Parts: sequence; C-alpha cells; structure tokens
Amino acid sequence: MKTSFILGAVTVAGLTAGAAFAGTLDDVKARGKLNCGVSTGVPGFAEPDANGVWQGFDVAVCRAVAAAVLNDSDAIEFVPTTGKTRFTALASGEIDMLARNTTWTFSRDVDLKFEFVGVNYYDGQGFMAKADLGVSSATELDGATVCIQTGTTTELNLADFFRSNNMSYEAVPVETGSEAVTNYLAGACDVFTTDRSALAARRANFEVPTDHVVLPEIVSKEPLGPLVRHGDNNWGDVVRWTLNALITAEELGVTSANLEEMSKGTNNPEMNRLLGSEGNLGEMLGLDADWAKRAIAVSGNYGEIFENNIGAGTIIGLARGVNAKWTDGGLIYSPPFR
Amino acid sequence: MSENNSFVRKEMISERIPPAADRGLVKWVRENLFSSAFNAIMTFISLWVIYSITVAVIPWFLNGVWDAKTVRECYDLLDGKSGACFAVLNERFPQLIYGFKYPSSEYWRPNLATVLLIVALAPILFRRLPRQLLIFSAVYPFLAFWLIWGGSILTSVSAFLGCAIAVICYRRFSSRSFALAVLISLIAANVWWIIGGYIVDLNASFLSLEVVASRDMGGFMLNLLLGTIAVCLSIPLGIALALGRQSGMPIIKWICVVFIEFIRGVPLITLLFVANVILAFFFPPDTSIDLILRVLIMMTFFNAAYIAEVVRGGLAALSKGQYEAADSIGLDYTQSMRFIILPQALKISIPGIVNVSVGMLKDTTLVSIISMFDLVGMIRGPILSSTDWNGVYWELFGAAAAIFFVVCFSVSKYSQWLERQLETDKR
Repeated sequence: MKTSFILGAVTVAGLTAGAAFAGTLDDVKARGKLNCGVSTGVPGFAEPDANGVWQGFDVAVCRAVAAAVLNDSDAIEFVPTTGKTRFTALASGEIDMLARNTTWTFSRDVDLKFEFVGVNYYDGQGFMAKADLGVSSATELDGATVCIQTGTTTELNLADFFRSNNMSYEAVPVETGSEAVTNYLAGACDVFTTDRSALAARRANFEVPTDHVVLPEIVSKEPLGPLVRHGDNNWGDVVRWTLNALITAEELGVTSANLEEMSKGTNNPEMNRLLGSEGNLGEMLGLDADWAKRAIAVSGNYGEIFENNIGAGTIIGLARGVNAKWTDGGLIYSPPFR
Repeated sequence: MSENNSFVRKEMISERIPPAADRGLVKWVRENLFSSAFNAIMTFISLWVIYSITVAVIPWFLNGVWDAKTVRECYDLLDGKSGACFAVLNERFPQLIYGFKYPSSEYWRPNLATVLLIVALAPILFRRLPRQLLIFSAVYPFLAFWLIWGGSILTSVSAFLGCAIAVICYRRFSSRSFALAVLISLIAANVWWIIGGYIVDLNASFLSLEVVASRDMGGFMLNLLLGTIAVCLSIPLGIALALGRQSGMPIIKWICVVFIEFIRGVPLITLLFVANVILAFFFPPDTSIDLILRVLIMMTFFNAAYIAEVVRGGLAALSKGQYEAADSIGLDYTQSMRFIILPQALKISIPGIVNVSVGMLKDTTLVSIISMFDLVGMIRGPILSSTDWNGVYWELFGAAAAIFFVVCFSVSKYSQWLERQLETDKR
C-alpha cells in the first residue's frame, strides 16, 4: 500500500516534471533538432531507403514541420516507434510529435491526453481476395475464411461487418501483417483484411498483383493523422498549421515548381498570407514569415506528397479517393489562412 | 581308424567374410533403418520427407537471384520459376550488419573493434597464450568504446586511467582493510574522473573520430554489442550474487535473494519495456540516459541473476569438506573462495554459464520489440516494410538464423573444448 503510494507520487512528480517543459517550440529551437516519432516501417508511409534516409508520406509531415521551425528538413531525429511504444514515447516527452499512421479515436484523444492536429490520410478497413475466387463485393463473402491480425480494431470491425450483413466467417488469427500475407498467399485463408492502404502496399509486391483484388467495401473509419501532447497548444498549432499549409497550398495551386514565383506576391490575398508576403501569420505562431513557404518547399504541397509517395504513379498506386481535396469531392480540407 | 576321424579338424578354417546380409552397408541399413516393421515404415516416411524438402529447396537455392533492385525485379527475373530472392541480402547487407544509420564511411570502426575483440578475448579463452596479452584485454573495453562511439580518445584514456588509479589504490590499501581500500579507490577514481573530465573538455578534438549516437547503432553489430557487454559484465556480477546468497550476513544474503528472485520472476521483455518506456517518465526529457545503456543494464541484471543460480548450483555441488579444508589450513574467506572453492565450482558451472550466455545473445533480438533496429528489428521493420522488399521473408530470416547459428555454435563448441581442458579429476 505504502510502496504503491510512493510509486504513484513519483510517477506524478515525473509527469509534472515532463509538463513543466511546456514550451516544446522553444525546446525544439534550442535543440536545433525535431524529435519526430515514426513507425518502424510501413511501405510508402515511413521507410528508410537503402541509404538509410527516411522516406514516406508520414515522414513528409515531420520534414515539413522541421523546415517550418528550423529551416532544415533534415534537422530531425527520427524515433522509430512500434504500436506498443508510440504513445508512451510521446507522453514522456521523448518525441515532440508523432506522425505514425495513428487512428484518431475518442479514447486516444481524451483518455490518453493527446491532441490530434488533423488528418493526413483517411483510411478504412478493406478486404483483399484472390481474383479466381470470383467475388466482386465483400457482401458475397458468406462462409469465407479470413486472415486477421489479432488485438487490432480491424478484428472487431470484421465481426461487426459480418454480423450486420448476416454472414458467417471463419477467422484465421495471426500476429503481424507479414504473417497474414504469407498465410493468405499460402491459401490458409480466402480473404485478408486490414487497412486499405496497407492492402494496396502489400498487393504491389505480390508475384502477380493482378491475381488479387481489393474489394470496394470500406468497413471502418480510420482517420490517420499526426498528434502531439495535450497541454502545449502553441506547439500543437505549429504542427496543425504546417499540415494545413500543405493542404491549402494544394487548394491554391502552389506547387514546388511555382513556389518561388508565387511567394514574390500575387493578387490572391490568401496565398500571400500563406507564403508570408502579406500579414503576420508566421509571427503569431512564433515563427518567421517564410515558415509555410519552407514547409512547402521540402516536398511540395499535399497533393504532390501524396502522388510521390503513395499515389497512382508509385508502386503502391493508391487513388486519391476520399483523400482528394474537398473541391474534388474528397475530405481533405483546411480552415482558411486568415 | 584315423581315416574315420575326418570330422576332426586338424587346422583352423581361415576367416571367411560374413554373409552378404551381415556386413557393410546392407548390415547397417538392416540394423539401423529396417530392424522392425515400424522402423521400416518410419524410414520410408523420413525418406519421403527428405526427398520432398530437397526437391522444393534445391531449385529455390539454385535459381536464387543475387542481383536485383527490388522484389518485383526478382519476380521478373525468375519468370514464374521457384527461386529465392537473395538480392535483398546483397542490397541491404550493410543494413543487416550495421543498421541503417551508422555512417557508411565509418564501417571500418566496428569491423576493427570486432577483430580486436577476438584478440582481447583470446588470452582469456586460451590459457596457453602469453599472459602479457591480458594487458590488451584490460585496455580493450576503452578502446572499443572509442572505436564504436567515436569522440576524442581522451575520454577513453581518462576513463581507463581512473580505473587504473582505483586498482592501484586498492592494491596499496587492501592489506589493511578491504572496506577502506574500496572506499579510497572509489574516491581516488572519482577525483580523477572529475579532473579528467575538464581535460577532455578542453581538448575535445584530440584524436577525435566522428561521434555516432547510440540510437544509430543497429543490425547484428547491436546484437553482438549488447550480447558481449551484457555477458562480460554479468559473469562477475553473477558470481558475486551467488556468493552473496550463500553469505552468513543476513542483509547481504537477503539483498541478493530478493534481487535474484525478482529478476528471475520477471520476463526479460518486461524489463526491456521498463528500460525503454517507464524509465523515460522518471527523467526530465533532456537528461534521459542513453537507450542502449538502459537496455544493457537490464540485460546485465537479467543474465547475472541466472548466472548466479548456475554458480550457486556449482557451489552446492562441492562437498562440505572442501570448505572445511580451506578453513582448516587457515585461509580467510577471500583466499578460500579464490583458491579452493570458486575454481572447482566454476568448472562445474561452465556448461550452465555458457548455456545462459548463448541464450542471452539470442535474447538480444528481443530489443526489436522496443523499436531498436537489431538484426531482427532491421528485418521486421525497415527492410520487410520497405516498398522494395516487402514480401521477402525466408531469405532474410534464413540469413539471420545462419548468422546466429555460426556465432552460437562456435561459442558452445568452445565451451565443450574448455570443459575437456579443465577435466582433471574424472578421467
């Protein structure tokens, strides 16, 4: 009893000590390096290439923030985190932000005390089946055997989906995504289910990708986005508006190609405010006027980052779909820069 | 009459070769493979299993592609045939060995450190080598630190001198009192380290190598690093714990018992999570202790607790007469342990110690779960999840298994040799 009280007291002391370092923005500036949590590897989203340089869609968010704050997109300490260590790494202050295909959920936001600053990819759970199975819709999967990663939300979503459609299925539980794929390819199950972006990435490396189809149904909502700790709203704003700057740049047609030209000043006031030739938005964030320009300069606007890392032109070949900008009927939308 | 006795042999029949069914290969096959109906069936089943594995694996090996940039290129080159994609080993070899962040221009440093490690271990492992080599073994840890982590050589020199001063002080005063000697040597070493720290700060660029942060270590290098250091530190600690557990002094005894039983009662992976995650809460964000150091401490404690139990088994195996004999010739505790008890107890414990240590080396792969990129972490994380190589399992994990097998098998062969060398009584 007494020891647990002491341990509790020490923990609380530790947490408050962590919270006392509230000025994350100042810390990052003083350190000259952004500690950014990424995953240990998700194709297209975060992966070190053969030279050990981190690449990917999530990594691009880290780089944009580093460029905005520190004027150097390489001034980043990438801290690889697993699904198990990611939240403690962020809560303990080991990392300044987490950009690791993490689903924005109520409990993570409220109970774990994090602040999701936006959504950079709207994912959803999907199904992949062999083409010769002849199914064109997930509603035809009655009686199928399904490879499923245990302990994930996808497992629960799967049960919900089959129950609500009055279908039965037989689950083949496996531990990791790689294991699930080996099982699926070996014929241990008819269907493999996980997030659709992951399905596409896996399928791209199959011997004959066209032998497998990703079914059109999306059975869950998985909004993925970068997050920061509760309690440092200033820093949260920096990350949030860096992401929004990338999205707004796409809306306004600012690309890495025309960035220099546009930043000299145009007759579009919002673009001028974004790129710093008008107003003092950067100053309000505690940064200089060029912050958004630098963020966009790293790897272009949101659309360019998407196309270069996971878009239709890459091996992974994801269509924009719901991740198109709102004017094209998608969900990617940024509040105005005003 | 004598003609009728033809059945009585006058001379020996010359030796004849055994019947065909009772010699050579036929005999061996009959006795070992077809001695009963059940064995015959098992033989046929085994032959079939071996055949099917060979038929599947040999072409897979022979068709192996060694030169490709991505797994898709591999598939194109194989063109539907069964075949391995060994190109991934080719392409990502430095990542498997050094991790993906160790600067490639500095690969010679861990290589040199590994070669020197063999030199440093040799006099410890083989008694016939000249004893003077032990001086190098004492210097090696400091040299290896400088080589692998970089920075100024003065850091290592200063640390070494501190240790040397401590040893000299201990030697000087140990005849008077053990406790006094330990205290004086600790104070002297710390005073030196404080002075040395200033000197190092002033000449930070003297003989300086590029600094490599612990976070940038990876691949098999990390496994070897963690395994070697944890094993080397845990053997003395384990022996001390085993002796402590047998001690007549209640406080020492109970500290050792609680330590050993607590560590043995907790899975290593839990300790690693504590090292990685929980400890981070107790330090302010900018003063956190190096992750490798945290993991090393946990692994050393873990291994030490197991070695302590192995050594305790060795101590218990000695007859009481050995202890009494040591006492009766007037040896004090240190002397009796050093000259009578431990040499015998440790000899008995060798198989157990090696067993635990090889297990420890393999357990270093658990760090992949706390997102450190050791050999297995490299495979599971960056390589298997890369767009280029996702989908190549057998080749990568087979290579990891082969690397570990070579190292662990050599270690256990050495320990068998050592046992034979030390076997003086039961021959």
